[in-house]
Amino acid sequence: MGATNKIIIEPVTRVEGHGKVSILLDENGQVTRARLHIVEFRGFERFIQGRPYWEVPVTVQRLCGICPVSHHLAAAKAMDVIVGADKLTPTAEKMRRLMHYGQTYQSHALHFFHLVSPDVLFGFDADPAIRNIIGVIKKFPELAVQGVMMRKFGQEIIKVTAGKKIHGTGAIPGGINKNLSIAERDSLLKDIDQQIEWSRGALEIAKNYTVENLGELADFGSFDSNHLSLIREDGAMDLYDGGIRMIDSEGNKVIDHFNYQNYSDIIAEEVKDWSYMKFPFIKDQGTDNGWYRVGPLARMNTADFIDTPEAELARQEFKAVTGGKPNNITMAYHWARMIEVLHSAEKIKELLLDEDLQGEDLVVKGERRSEGVGLIEAPRGTLFHHYKVNEDDQVTMCNLIVSTTSNNVPMNLAVEGVAKKYLSGTEITEGLLNRVEVAIRAYDPCLSCATHALGKMPLTVSVVDHNGQIVDKKST
Amino acid sequence: MAETLKKVLIIGYGNPGRLDDGLGPMFAEEMGKLQLEGVTVDSNYQLAVEDSAAIAEHDFVVFVDADVSGPEPFHFQRVVPKHHMSFSSHSISADALMAMAEDLLSSTADAYMLGIRGYEFNEFGEGISSHAEKNLHAALAFLKQALVDRNFAKYVNR
Repeated sequence: MGATNKIIIEPVTRVEGHGKVSILLDENGQVTRARLHIVEFRGFERFIQGRPYWEVPVTVQRLCGICPVSHHLAAAKAMDVIVGADKLTPTAEKMRRLMHYGQTYQSHALHFFHLVSPDVLFGFDADPAIRNIIGVIKKFPELAVQGVMMRKFGQEIIKVTAGKKIHGTGAIPGGINKNLSIAERDSLLKDIDQQIEWSRGALEIAKNYTVENLGELADFGSFDSNHLSLIREDGAMDLYDGGIRMIDSEGNKVIDHFNYQNYSDIIAEEVKDWSYMKFPFIKDQGTDNGWYRVGPLARMNTADFIDTPEAELARQEFKAVTGGKPNNITMAYHWARMIEVLHSAEKIKELLLDEDLQGEDLVVKGERRSEGVGLIEAPRGTLFHHYKVNEDDQVTMCNLIVSTTSNNVPMNLAVEGVAKKYLSGTEITEGLLNRVEVAIRAYDPCLSCATHALGKMPLTVSVVDHNGQIVDKKST
Repeated sequence: MAETLKKVLIIGYGNPGRLDDGLGPMFAEEMGKLQLEGVTVDSNYQLAVEDSAAIAEHDFVVFVDADVSGPEPFHFQRVVPKHHMSFSSHSISADALMAMAEDLLSSTADAYMLGIRGYEFNEFGEGISSHAEKNLHAALAFLKQALVDRNFAKYVNR
């Protein structure tokens, strides 16, 4: 076997946290493999052991300061199972849904306006001095303001449903601890039509960009894949609940309406010596074929329809581009994400007008169980929380599969595709650097280690020899 | 006529589940209990772009964060608005946030950073170290005093 040279790009900017990309070259300077290394802090699953189950929906938010609401809700759903709450009250479920749509709305909007828009508005090859958020602020200030205000609106929803920004306590095992007051409802309702209007505009930008550049984007870090998400019983896209559906790259249903309480019967996680992250796959299909994509692109592909009118029309346009077949274009994540922004805004309005949110019946309980699984469609994709609880109410086991983990293989493939196409020689050009980041950014990965204190930029570099042994390891 | 009291926004940020990284939110919690006139207290896991909207509604902003390697027990510095070429989407540095507030929302707020020295960061865990707790109390006493006249510039480099 010939010698392999390694080119390392670090850190990956404009994604959450920090990662490291390795591009492996053979003796002839050809790319053989590219790898995205993500630092994942796995200690949380041990940290949570021994804690009382009712604390978990609050405690689990400490896992990540970037998407605490997703963890809060997934953990609460798992604890619903523990307390035997098989069906929540309408007020509880709708309050949780409102929280979740608020989070999805702000997360997607911010990602698009403040992170993706420089590439979309200026192009990959634009001067890097312009192709950034500063350039957007200068040239398109109204879009930058919209991004701020959409984010703020979503955060206000989270605040009135979760109670507070840090360690929100809204969702509790079996329900919710508050309803939505009339004053809270009205303060959100006054802005919702403006938010919907901005969502339409964002969707239009993302759609036009994708359609106008379809030729280039179809060949940019794209590949056939399985797609996995939750799906409602009637086939509608549902970000909060449902059964597991996985389709293949042709649209064939491989798994459908699978009860996620039994997820471990169909999904396993592979460990690779070069990555801290695990690689989930469908057991029946093995590690080579059983990997899948999650997130907005996957959800557009798995859903039979969307149950809000404007987002459904947008989904139909999206599907038409690929003749009704699954869309496997990595960069189409952005268009799909903006369809979900509009869907979330429509859902928020629908919920705000629902009197159930002012209901007083907040919590149910049933027969106590010792094991529970909670899944949710987080902004970045399907999030799994699995717990076992003993007779003393203490958590004895916790397993999490976060969406960035599910997208691990796809992100590596996207980076590899870009590297093979755009690397010439051994020099990392600005164009290559940005294209690698653009490919990763499409997945909106969360690479955060959460600790962010002043003067600290967490990044760990490991050198692994051909036997898989770590021969050096340094942290910044 | 008495001079209008300047409006101050205090944002304490960090992850309370990462030991001393929780210094910022803990500081915010203590300040919030005082319910001082003209003082708004907020806290979060990290700064985010929407904070620019609140900043634009205040005369002063004091960011409070845990500091990994700064002077003990704390330091107090002016934050100069400055755009960065890149930052992650869901969090933003204080100087980039101030630049955004200034450029997008015409904020004229003066900003300061109160960095409280911490020691333990890289494990999950609740509560702060005993050394960090002493520093927290010193920082609280300092800012309470500074809020009396709200002439923050004279306290810089403390």
